[in-house]
Amino acid sequence: MTHLTLDAVHKYYDDFHAVRGVDLAIREGEFAVLVGPSGCGKSTLLRMIAGLEAVDDGEVSIAGRVVNALRPRDRNVAMVFQNYALYPYLSVFENIAFGLRARKVPDAETGRRVREAAETLGITPLLDRLPRQLSGGQRQRVAIGRAIVRDAGVFLFDEPLSNLDAQLRDEMRVEIKRLHQEIGKTTVYVTHDQIEAMTLADRIVLLRDGVIEQEGTPLELFERPATRFVAGFLGSPRMNFVPATLVEDGDTVAARLSADVALRFPADRAAGFRAHLGRELVFGVRPEHLTRPRTGEQGRPGQEALTVTVDLVQPTGTRTYVQFSLAGTEVTAELAAHDVEQPGTRIDLLADMARAILIDPETDRVL
Amino acid sequence: MSRRRPQPWYTTRQGWTGAARLAGAIVVTIVFLFPIYWLFATAFKTPEEVFASPPVWFPQTPTLETFAVLFRDGDVSAVWNSIVIAGVSTVVAMFLGTIAAYSLARFRTGGDHLVIWIISQRMIPPIAVVFPIFLLFAGLGLIDTYLGLILLYTAFNLPYVIWMMRGYVEDVPRELEESALVDGLTRWQVLIKVVFPMARTGLFATAVFTFIFAWNEFIFALVLTRTEVLTFPVQVSHYFGQQQTFWAKIGAMSVLGALPVFVVVAMAQKLLVRGLSMGAVKG
Repeated sequence: MTHLTLDAVHKYYDDFHAVRGVDLAIREGEFAVLVGPSGCGKSTLLRMIAGLEAVDDGEVSIAGRVVNALRPRDRNVAMVFQNYALYPYLSVFENIAFGLRARKVPDAETGRRVREAAETLGITPLLDRLPRQLSGGQRQRVAIGRAIVRDAGVFLFDEPLSNLDAQLRDEMRVEIKRLHQEIGKTTVYVTHDQIEAMTLADRIVLLRDGVIEQEGTPLELFERPATRFVAGFLGSPRMNFVPATLVEDGDTVAARLSADVALRFPADRAAGFRAHLGRELVFGVRPEHLTRPRTGEQGRPGQEALTVTVDLVQPTGTRTYVQFSLAGTEVTAELAAHDVEQPGTRIDLLADMARAILIDPETDRVL
Repeated sequence: MSRRRPQPWYTTRQGWTGAARLAGAIVVTIVFLFPIYWLFATAFKTPEEVFASPPVWFPQTPTLETFAVLFRDGDVSAVWNSIVIAGVSTVVAMFLGTIAAYSLARFRTGGDHLVIWIISQRMIPPIAVVFPIFLLFAGLGLIDTYLGLILLYTAFNLPYVIWMMRGYVEDVPRELEESALVDGLTRWQVLIKVVFPMARTGLFATAVFTFIFAWNEFIFALVLTRTEVLTFPVQVSHYFGQQQTFWAKIGAMSVLGALPVFVVVAMAQKLLVRGLSMGAVKG
């Protein structure tokens, strides 16, 4: 059942058209992540759902009711802010109880619910402290506690983890995911971090310049990006893009990157590409789809061999990123930890052509 | 590590510098505090001691006789009048000024220029408007009334309160208010439950200055009062006579007049020094 609907929503700031006609339907209990580079309108969209920004055009509906004209307090939403937004003059207990007191919930029930929320988040020992006596992670837990205690219909998160250090961010991400699985409330989560988006979302909504570039499950977006922007935004290290010409090659087609490098697509993909023969296109391949052949391996069908000279080696421990020049473009491959030790080495690679993409440079759409 | 015995201060260079600084500070403090001491001492002197030559540095037989006279003659009512006028006008100016400041800070009421226009009201020298205001008040029957001076001091303090409070409101993190709005508060409740507590250091500092201005104001009080609502500074001025100056009364009245301000500041002191906005949002 659809729970939260945006219908042709627009937002203007003076001359700046921040949100340009966004349509979105989020199901009951779904975890939707709005992601995109800064200035893409994702926070504005979230704040319009919360009622903190006016909707200039279009409609926002929650649980079947148009809420455009409703005050934030009447929308039955709870929000977690990037900077925690804790009241420094109130104890942790009172901070969590704030929303309940505002709604005149009886004291006994307030106490019970606050303790329950604190238990869930593991902050029971902190209830008597003031926010300034807490660490960043603890503060964010309190902020989350303040949202879950309300039992609101929709949970809104505005970049809740971006002030935390890397390790804490990983911990809190797990916590938020688990919390959502337990509580199962409709959630809209804003982030600029593609890893947060991928790991948390039931559905990713990728925004760019105030419009939805693509939406879908994390793996849909990752494996079948609709545009060059989506392909480049998701995945780390990011996808490699190399200019190429599409040429006929026997019973299939190939991306010719340079005079001596042409990579053939599997025959079953050729049909879709034939219309573009002879055109200048952009060839896209993810770093993890460039692999080293095991000893004696010739490459499976759909894998194309190429030989490159390594410029740069970046070991991360689990994997090693190597950089090299391919047809004049800097390209990254993600290899096994010990595949390459030294820059300057000449190596053979296999490109997984079943998963490589071609992009029309005029429209930036994936073919 | 060997334990070193602390050396006497006069054996080190730093010791001497410190001692010189301390001595300097003591001298400056005495110079500045002496007139205040003299005022207080005079209040407790007998009439002979007040005019004794050479001067009496310490009252030999401290007496409350001057205070008794002030109470007997009803002069102290001027202190009460000042408490009412300064107190009420401060409360009213603080309330109106703070909500006006909130509006300016959060809704950009009046664009960029209204706030400058408001503070420009403070640039008029009071003496320039004394006469028109006297005529106005005479016409309205506000001369020598509490209401008249309360209105006037409120009007005079409003620009200052608005200007100061606008800055303090702007320092309240917006997210705190937004969070409260989502949590179920109305704008008015946000003002009372979030903005006031967050800005309370500024609220008290501004209130103290507003109160002190109203407390010390002289020109308007002199012109706009007769006998009913004489304020404390006007009452003191009556002791400077053509033939005689009543130094003991001036001293005693000043002691009475300084007390309320002292109490207000002492009460606010705790709130003024506490840095309460730490930990609200990560900086």
